[in-house]
Amino acid sequence: MTAPPFTPTGIRFANIEKRFGSLYALRRVSLEVRPGELVAFAGRNGSGKTTLLRIAARLVRASSGSLSFPGPSGETTDSASRTGFVAHATMVYDELTAEENLLLFARLQGIGDPGARAGALLGEVELSERRKSLVRTFSRGMRQRVAIARALLNEPAVLLLDEPATGLDPQGITWLAHTLSRMRVEGRTVLMSVHGESAISALATRAVRLDAGSVVADTMAGSDMRAILSFANA
Amino acid sequence: MAVLADTTVLLGKELRTEFRSRELLTTTVVFILVVVVLFSFTFDPSAGESRRFGPGLLWLSFLFAASLMLQPCFLREQNNDTLSALRLSVRDPFSIFLAKLSANTLFLLLTEVLMLPVFAILYNVHILGVFLQLVLVLFLGSLGVAIPGTAFSAISAQARMRELMLPLLLLPLLTPVLIASTEATRALLDANPVLRADWLGFLAGFDVVFLTALWLFGEYLLEE
Amino acid sequence: MKSSFKAAILFVLIAVTGYLAFYYAPIERSMGVIQKIFYLHISCAFSAFVAFGTCFYANLRYVFTREAKSDWLGVSAAEVGLAFITVVLVTGPIWAHPVWGIWWTWDARLTLTFVLGLLYLSYLLLRSMIEEPDKRALFSALFGIFAFLDVPLVYFSIRWWRTQHPQPVILGGPGSGLEPRMRVSYLLMWGALTGVLILLVSARYRLEALRASVEDLRREAEVR
Repeated sequence: MTAPPFTPTGIRFANIEKRFGSLYALRRVSLEVRPGELVAFAGRNGSGKTTLLRIAARLVRASSGSLSFPGPSGETTDSASRTGFVAHATMVYDELTAEENLLLFARLQGIGDPGARAGALLGEVELSERRKSLVRTFSRGMRQRVAIARALLNEPAVLLLDEPATGLDPQGITWLAHTLSRMRVEGRTVLMSVHGESAISALATRAVRLDAGSVVADTMAGSDMRAILSFANA
Repeated sequence: MAVLADTTVLLGKELRTEFRSRELLTTTVVFILVVVVLFSFTFDPSAGESRRFGPGLLWLSFLFAASLMLQPCFLREQNNDTLSALRLSVRDPFSIFLAKLSANTLFLLLTEVLMLPVFAILYNVHILGVFLQLVLVLFLGSLGVAIPGTAFSAISAQARMRELMLPLLLLPLLTPVLIASTEATRALLDANPVLRADWLGFLAGFDVVFLTALWLFGEYLLEE
Repeated sequence: MKSSFKAAILFVLIAVTGYLAFYYAPIERSMGVIQKIFYLHISCAFSAFVAFGTCFYANLRYVFTREAKSDWLGVSAAEVGLAFITVVLVTGPIWAHPVWGIWWTWDARLTLTFVLGLLYLSYLLLRSMIEEPDKRALFSALFGIFAFLDVPLVYFSIRWWRTQHPQPVILGGPGSGLEPRMRVSYLLMWGALTGVLILLVSARYRLEALRASVEDLRREAEVR
């Protein structure tokens, strides 16, 4: 499979704040993620990980601050169509088959040959045999694979994953780890929230810890990263 | 046109999911049937009386049925956060609304056309000679219900007591549709049927006003 | 200027216009003394329309600026407008009963007022059904925009509908060929009531601002 050319893209959060009413979900978060980094976000439930990822996906509007996608030399790129997002929910229709789901989103995203792309991805997530089954009949792990396949449809330059290992069986985790490391090799940028240490969090090149909506730790050093990630559930 | 291409794809999805389960269609048909039958006990449905009251209660039952049928329109998209997936994928969020309101208009029109003969038999009115004209009235009226109805379904999905909120938001707003559709239907069911172009024009105007509003403000209705 | 002082001025102004309406303006020939209620009825109706227009402006402003202030203005104007609508709906039948012998008539203007009241009642209900302040502000604003667009459509549909049915004769459009002393009384009354409108909306606005800061403090205290 030949990936279409893409511009390596980072993410710059500048003083991002998000208030729900007067409750702060994020407080002045500034973070510069360079192209090709694989950042793991750790923190308690409600620390703002999900909100930060949803803002990066431009699903949620920040109350203040700005978000930009700088290219390799710092220039701002328009990467609107080149982000992929895996949420807590599967973001696919239970009443459609795995193949119909991927075809639907591939068509909406204007992908050249939707059938070929969907078929290739279904092969990658090892669901080719079940591609004509309704997602409703899938196990949690299989649904998560469809969800990840959906996020990869447009071969994103920036991939955002909200606790992607949730519900995956050991086999699925191995597959996800393999996919993520391949994306890192290809120079794609990955931001993910993690829940404790795993084969997935071990791939991170940088760990950021959020607490009550603020960045409280940010490191690229291996030992410190382990401390931040294993501390995740504390 | 990217909007139309996306709308076609999304409409295909709406139709496929509905025709796979037929949940909305069957429940709506039964609901209208129940209301039409119950209404017939509230007066003496002779031909003359039916011509006076029939069109109004027919449209009232359509409006109530629609306010129930439109309920799951956006609620369904919340289950798996598929609305977010759509927002991330489409080029113009208006296509999401366009697809949904086309599907809703089609579902309403289908159930209404299905109920017309039942209504005609129960209420002793003649519809054969004016069937096509009636379908035209039904189409413009259903469109008028579906446009604000789809928009408000996105609003009520965010509220508590959403099952009650949608009818409360929608029904007062539909006063003009109720009046225009009822008058146009009444004229067609008259002993000397007339196609009331003025009311049809009014309905078309209503549709255009709210379609434009939806085009302008639709993207904000999808915010989370 | 303190608001109690403003209220005192308005009180005097209303007393004066009341006096003018009863003793300065002549007694209407065909309806007699009962016509005096029109000074209140029509002025309240105009003020209510001003309030809903303000609400529409605030709704639009909120959608484009996302400032909480616009949301406060929107809810204040809608609530006060609803109060004025209530006066209109109460004085209407009081006037209609001795003149027409019936409490209620489906006259276009009166019916429009009623439907308008229902729409803004839904607006306030919707607000109470969405917890999160930003969402409440956005979705109620969007509903408010749709509701306001409906106003002319409701008016014309009812007017066309009524002209086909017999109805009591209503006085020629107010302001057309009015006796000069009557005109002065109308204008003063409307001016005074618009003053009341502004006073109430600004008081309600301050209350909403206060509520927001109390909420802020409460949340701050919870976090610590």
